[in-house]
Amino acid sequence: MSFRSIYLAALTSLLFMVACTREDRILRPAPSSAYTLNTVQVSGLNPGANPVPPSPPPNIYQESAYAVSEGQRLYEQYNCVGCHAHGGGGMGPPLMDNYWIYGSEPQNIFTTIMQGRPNGMPSFRNRIPEYQGWEIAAYVRSLSGLLPKDVAPSRSDEMNVKPSESSMPKQTPTGITGRPETRP
Amino acid sequence: MNYWTVIHAAILHPALLSALIHQTGATDLDPGPHNALRPVSPQGGQIEWLFWLIFWICFIVYVLMVVGFGSAAAKSAAGTDEPPPIIEDEEGDRRASWFVGTATGVTVLSLFVVLVLSVIAEKRVEDTPKENAVTIQVTGHQWWWEVNYPNSQADHTINTANEIHVPIRTPIVILTKSADVIHSFWVPSITGKRDLIPGMSSAFSFEVKTPGVYRGQCAEFCGLQHAHMGFAVIADIPQDFEDWQQQQLRDAVEPVNPQEALGKKVFLTHACLMCHAIQGTQAGSRMGPDLTHVGSRRMIAAETLPNIPGALGGWIIDPQQIKPGNHMAPNGLQGEELQALISYLQSLK
Repeated sequence: MSFRSIYLAALTSLLFMVACTREDRILRPAPSSAYTLNTVQVSGLNPGANPVPPSPPPNIYQESAYAVSEGQRLYEQYNCVGCHAHGGGGMGPPLMDNYWIYGSEPQNIFTTIMQGRPNGMPSFRNRIPEYQGWEIAAYVRSLSGLLPKDVAPSRSDEMNVKPSESSMPKQTPTGITGRPETRP
Repeated sequence: MNYWTVIHAAILHPALLSALIHQTGATDLDPGPHNALRPVSPQGGQIEWLFWLIFWICFIVYVLMVVGFGSAAAKSAAGTDEPPPIIEDEEGDRRASWFVGTATGVTVLSLFVVLVLSVIAEKRVEDTPKENAVTIQVTGHQWWWEVNYPNSQADHTINTANEIHVPIRTPIVILTKSADVIHSFWVPSITGKRDLIPGMSSAFSFEVKTPGVYRGQCAEFCGLQHAHMGFAVIADIPQDFEDWQQQQLRDAVEPVNPQEALGKKVFLTHACLMCHAIQGTQAGSRMGPDLTHVGSRRMIAAETLPNIPGALGGWIIDPQQIKPGNHMAPNGLQGEELQALISYLQSLK
């Protein structure tokens, strides 16, 4: 093998290291974080534009395949499927479409899980640790293709009629006004 | 308390070691024998017999090989670079080919004997009588064992975890299932390994002759905490087994003092009830081990820690330090609440 091809191979393998956050795992998360729920507006009704999300969560939950697959497991185990099915909805609204009543940012979804919403969504505050809320929020986003394809789960243990999360077409989130969400 | 528990604790959680050493009264924490060469069941006896048969055949072959190579080395004309002269010796050639042929025949025959005896031993392991058997459903989870004693009457079903109580001299039928990945059920002192495969159920049976505690272990790599996925088979005389069943069928005991009452409240208002069940309370989730009678178990966290207040507290506060990657979440319980929760869980005999 020539020096040139070794050099090229080394350069290519350096490129692969760019994607390494995908495999990051936090096995020992803090039991609670400094994230304060009360700064978040809970109503979808607000003057002017759609809900503006508060400060974003740590990126690890959106970028780690492990965190998202933990979210997938918890989505089953905490019985989110009971109302939202595997994204198609039922008693609760579908999660695989582009329509977001309370905003599509991870912070919005986290707030929905932790605080609950009118008409049936229960509050999981004090019942699940915050890091699990973030993991579930990341998984919920993968249901409508909002996560990078290399992070979203590519297989499921449950029977599903929809394609795997990593193959979901990306939906452009729209809010209650039907217009695309404004991003800060 | 014995040295094994201490070594376990020292490896897993150095801070627990001092707690353990100062703990008194923790005497029945013996993990039990974990030894396929001291079987306590007819099934284990078959496997042990087969092991010794193959061992001695291999031993004889090994000795013959060493002797053969040794004598050949002694005869060789070492130290000369010249090739040996070619000798025409028809009588010698005939003897050599007779010897090689016989040796090949003996090798094939002994392998064949091993094959036939393996099949016979396996057949005998399978042929355990199953009349009046005690049926136990074992489900492998990452990284613990769910144990159910099914009964046609729902309120006579026992749910427990990681400790399998069986009566001696009674056929036991184990039904297997897996909740996530492939696990393998292995109690060396009792019988061979059985894989638990997701989406498939299978059954096997055994019978224990001697009362005692026999350690089991997951024997199929199943993820981060595979090595800490232990369990115990506790073989009792039938009368003790009956008593244990009656005790397990009862609802969880009610708190008898204010501290335990607070502990129960903590359990029902924090993350605990999202995964664990306590029969007789509102907690009914089946994601984690059933805790209705957790106080009556010897060990916690799948044979990882002794069931003493210190270890239990360490496990509740920071399970990810003891078994990183396991599905129990750390939680931020503080002083009084934690103490109350520990004493409530310990009271659940």
